[in-house]
Amino acid sequence: MNAKFLLKLVSLFIGLSLVLSACGGAQPAETVGGPLQEIGEGEGQVDIIAWAGYIEKGETDPAFDWATDYEAATGCKVNIKVAATSDEMVALMNEGGFDLVTASGDASLRLISGGKVQEINTDLVPRWNTVDSRLQNAPWHTVDGKHYGVPYQWGSNVLMYSTEAFGDSPPTSWEVVFKEMSLPDGESNKGRVQAFDGPIYVADAALYLKQAQPELGIDDPYALTRDQFNAALNVLREQRKIVGRYWHDAFVQMDDFKNEGVVASSSWPFQVNLLQAEGEPIASVIPVEGATGWADTTMMHIEAPHPNCAYKWLDHSINPKLQGDLAAWFGSVPVVLEACSGNALLGDQGCTTNGLDNFEKIWFWKTPVADCGGGKECVPYHEWVTNYIAVIGGR
Amino acid sequence: MQALKNASLSQRISNFLFLRPRLFLALLLLPPVFWLGVVYLGSLLTLLVQSFYYLDGFTGQVVRKFTLITYGELLTRSNLDIIGRTAGMAATVTLAAVLLAFPLAYYTTKHASPRSKAILYLSVMLPLWSSYLVRVYAWKLILSKEGIVSWFFNQLSLSWLLEGILQLPAIGGPSLSISPIGLFVVFVYVWLPYMVLPIQAALERVPGSLLEASEDLGANSLRTFLHITLPLAFPGVVAGSIFTFSLTLGDFIVPSVLGNSSFFIGQAVLSHQGTSGNIPLAAALTTVPMAIMAVYLIIARKLGAFEAL
Repeated sequence: MNAKFLLKLVSLFIGLSLVLSACGGAQPAETVGGPLQEIGEGEGQVDIIAWAGYIEKGETDPAFDWATDYEAATGCKVNIKVAATSDEMVALMNEGGFDLVTASGDASLRLISGGKVQEINTDLVPRWNTVDSRLQNAPWHTVDGKHYGVPYQWGSNVLMYSTEAFGDSPPTSWEVVFKEMSLPDGESNKGRVQAFDGPIYVADAALYLKQAQPELGIDDPYALTRDQFNAALNVLREQRKIVGRYWHDAFVQMDDFKNEGVVASSSWPFQVNLLQAEGEPIASVIPVEGATGWADTTMMHIEAPHPNCAYKWLDHSINPKLQGDLAAWFGSVPVVLEACSGNALLGDQGCTTNGLDNFEKIWFWKTPVADCGGGKECVPYHEWVTNYIAVIGGR
Repeated sequence: MQALKNASLSQRISNFLFLRPRLFLALLLLPPVFWLGVVYLGSLLTLLVQSFYYLDGFTGQVVRKFTLITYGELLTRSNLDIIGRTAGMAATVTLAAVLLAFPLAYYTTKHASPRSKAILYLSVMLPLWSSYLVRVYAWKLILSKEGIVSWFFNQLSLSWLLEGILQLPAIGGPSLSISPIGLFVVFVYVWLPYMVLPIQAALERVPGSLLEASEDLGANSLRTFLHITLPLAFPGVVAGSIFTFSLTLGDFIVPSVLGNSSFFIGQAVLSHQGTSGNIPLAAALTTVPMAIMAVYLIIARKLGAFEAL
């Protein structure tokens, strides 16, 4: 009719939507009613949020199947929702409607403090005692002595390198990706090394400095004071000059090693295994400084719609056969040591190849926070983000 | 009996509404206004409101208080770099797309036979029907150090030329796919159809009679082009440039696959709103392309782009 009327109507709705969005902001964390005491009859299905390749039903490769036997034994159908990032996992869990999630160290504590996951009654998981004792009370799933999940699998980042470029003298230090130097094949490493493009990579630089400049007093690469953080950034600025492009997609990185002349980079065993299977001249090493890594935990939603099937999956998830097959498939390490021997897919050397003996050298991923304990003040993660973006942009 | 009752009900409703035209209008407008007001403008405004909050550095929590701190953060050198890099790329991509698209559109509309016209239309549209991601990854292979482009230069013994180009400061790099040049090539490739189609539409509308009149009055073809065709088709160019400019400004896939990993606005927004939870800064960064586009549209309007649409 007239423009004024229409304008009034539109502004009314805008106002309304603003009010609604303001109300939706803060919701109190829900109270925990204590864990389940007894497993009852299965509910017929279980809904799991998982990393790609973490739960296989033999659809990609018939040899890799660890859900079908569970379905047959329990009558619980496994529904998988694949998530690509930790943020996505947290978002899906906040939304609700799922039973379980395979959360990494950066997501697990957020889920616990957000009140989205429930305490696990380890008495209801018969195989709990077979879990690697080093992981049973790991701080990324245990808070105040309560277990909020069952360890699922862990792995480490590795230094992947081309055996053509390094010949008989493989790299032993991360220095090769941080400082310009000449490689055993006589050429400079400039433009031939890569770094991960996530801000968490600052921790890799800190880990390198921990050894290279002990006077900085770096203890934990995820808890850095301002001075330590700035020193790490300086290392990364130097690195920017020799890195052509940063990697974040495993397959793009593999392509870069094959087609772009990249010869050394931080990487995952996953890429190393695949490239070796393709017959590429690739090997990997965990350098003297150690490495960063990830440890995943299966956690249960506070309002899991199918708790009985979920508990049955938790127990199934740490059976040696599944753990061994998964480690072979993903290039990771089982949380049950029994899985390391006698698994046809993994082979007897599989666990060693994927880094079992390096547990002590691995710094598992966790979210850097301002209050890092001991009265210290550390640089929080959001600054890692802004500063790493600046470094990649050449500042 | 039942039908009569229903009829009388609808009768009553229509009488009721007939006497209250404003209510009737409000009911009719409800769905579109809801969409425009809540889903569209409402979410944009929430975004705007978010950008006036800030992230408390100590706790990592968003503080819901009005402040300009977050906009201040936009002015740090690294953020200005990101904005400048993105806007600069969008402008060069737009310029290159005009230079490539205009001759193509001109040939298609003015000279091609109906048959080849159809083929040309189809080949411009064809890439839009396949997956954008697949095409971007394919370009990464084409432009890689051991890809077909380098091979071609090698076969022609022109490797020195490619090397020379890649040595250029600021736009060079270890290989085409890693340099800003490669990024530019792929951007032009993916957005070109959005430039060709509006220009074609504008050229179609240039009346043949005007061109004939110009020739009858003794103007040569260059003069006819400069004084008749170009001014009449120019709004189409501006319309196309709105597409290519804003699409490049917002894209975050191409710079994450190609180029030297330096951030574009879209990538920065993605990482700020992610694990770091810095939604205010992400929102403030999002207003930058909106502001740039607003200025752009005002200029486009001055140039008459909307009269031709």
